Amino acid sequence: MLTIRDYEPVVGADVIDELELFAGRLSGKVIQNINSTAVGGGVAEILIRMIPLLKDIGVDARWDVIKGDEKFFQVTKKMHNALHGSKVNFSKEEIEIFIETNKMNAASMDLMGDIMFIHDPQPIGLVEKKVKDQKWIWRCHIDFSRPDEFTWNFLKNYIEKYNISIFSAPSFARQLVIPQVLISPSIDPLSDKNRNLPQETIDRVLEQFNIDKNRPIVTQISRFDYLKDPVGVVKAYHQVKKYIDCQLVLAGGGATDDPEGEKVLAEVQEAVGGDKDIFLLLLPPASDIEINALQRASSVVLQKSLREGFGLTVAEALWKSKPVIAGAVGGIPLQITNKYSGLLTNTIEGTAFALKQLLQNPDYAKRLGENGHEQIKKNYLITRHLKDYLLLFLSLDHQGENIVNL
Amino acid sequence: MAKNGPFYFHTRQNLIYLTGRKAKNLKELLDGIKEAPSSSIYYHTHHYLQQHEYLSPEPPNDFAYWIKNVYQENVLAERLASMDLRTFNRLRDIRLRLIEIIQEVINSEGFADRNVPEGMEFHFMKAQTFIFPTKIQANNLLEFKESLAKVSLNSIYFHMFESRLRLESDLCDFSIWLRDSLGEDKLAKEFSSLDPYTHTLESLRSKIIKLITKRIEEAANVNN
Repeated sequence: MLTIRDYEPVVGADVIDELELFAGRLSGKVIQNINSTAVGGGVAEILIRMIPLLKDIGVDARWDVIKGDEKFFQVTKKMHNALHGSKVNFSKEEIEIFIETNKMNAASMDLMGDIMFIHDPQPIGLVEKKVKDQKWIWRCHIDFSRPDEFTWNFLKNYIEKYNISIFSAPSFARQLVIPQVLISPSIDPLSDKNRNLPQETIDRVLEQFNIDKNRPIVTQISRFDYLKDPVGVVKAYHQVKKYIDCQLVLAGGGATDDPEGEKVLAEVQEAVGGDKDIFLLLLPPASDIEINALQRASSVVLQKSLREGFGLTVAEALWKSKPVIAGAVGGIPLQITNKYSGLLTNTIEGTAFALKQLLQNPDYAKRLGENGHEQIKKNYLITRHLKDYLLLFLSLDHQGENIVNL
Repeated sequence: MAKNGPFYFHTRQNLIYLTGRKAKNLKELLDGIKEAPSSSIYYHTHHYLQQHEYLSPEPPNDFAYWIKNVYQENVLAERLASMDLRTFNRLRDIRLRLIEIIQEVINSEGFADRNVPEGMEFHFMKAQTFIFPTKIQANNLLEFKESLAKVSLNSIYFHMFESRLRLESDLCDFSIWLRDSLGEDKLAKEFSSLDPYTHTLESLRSKIIKLITKRIEEAANVNN
């Protein structure tokens, strides 16, 4: 089990000292996190790492999970898609299932935290059981930029019963009567996906996929999804390949149960044609070391998304000091300041041009990568995420104050 | 900070709030700047200093960055980026200057406002600042120098940047203590003549430590 002091060599003793200083102000408070799953999914992944670190710095953080049957999770999955902008219709019965499951959980759970920290829409209705003196936080981990109106209004009735809400990117902000805090997600520099790897491990992974380590490697790590524009990536690569002998790696999870994923993959394969320097890798889950190695072996990393949640793959690549070219969507512009810590592009041509620039100007590429690394170190590691949570907990007793003297 | 007392180092951190307000063109940006709380003006003109402290030159304030990279009005962006923040002790004066520069462009002949693409709007945010006392304090120049080497950059930022805006003064916390508690008028002046906005925080730390070292050596020479 990692402790907070394991992060000291990465972020510095002063950062850890400050976390302990802030945590000291929360003594006696119980912070009860609630979400809908203990394993799998981004929220559980964050909580698995965050809760032990909060405890380690002296915060009484706890974590409970709501119960729901298959029907409930079908409704919440539909809700998730609706928040992403899909047009869906909910039947009266589906809405009933959602409300009743929340009521059932509210009745059976001990909602005893001084601060109740509710993650995502599934357990949102627990707030009906809010009692005086409790502070309730609703944390939205979802891209909220274009939610379906019915779903938004349905959830808004609950959200506005909370004391405060949290969103991951400015574009997700809504008009609400309660305060909205910006807390971006983070990466863990000590996880398998991000920790330093010995050169032999990187070489072994390249050999495993028959990738030539002596020629430039351009990589995009993402699902085979239209919104990640893998076909656009292949087209940009083709434009560059005329001038520079490079290789392209498109690596992502296999999506055999996702009909759209298969369709996208087929289109990518068609765009690839017979090019032997393009590697389409369908990686199984738990391929963190392989992803880490591919990112570290890359000359340039792409994230040519057309829409994006926060886009943590960008943070992962920047953390490895890689020059990144990415679409200016979702949380990506927060991570990349154009021409300082990476390049932002909007088109295939722009991406190809940026790629040529970086492959032909290694010093410039190196500088962008180094700045990118510092940007992530300062703003997108789990220690910053912890700091924001601590400040958020403290803020609950100081709403409306611009400056809080503690 | 009590006169003649030790220097107590504080640190500060910001929690960022989304206001839900956005601007898709220059007129909406101007309206936003006019109506936003001062904690929003502060955030958009200062957060780069901390978030990008490793960069030299660092990117400009958020307004200039958006106008250059999204709205693509280079001359206006340059004027906003080169605003000399060191000359402002009050957030309301920074706000007025921003308004003045943007208004001038909007009023100019032939100006035609335009909307940026959906999703590229300027989002107004604001900061809530938390100030914490640390356990570090200094009673004399030597202790002050040693403390400066170990406090966090947040602490240096707080005492050098925010104190001027908090006190609406030309002098930062360090200068006031050096002058009032140690009688170090010359060093206090040297501190206040630094333009912290053109240094990274780490280089600012080195610079002020050098100034103190020089002063300690001078005093030692006089005593010898």
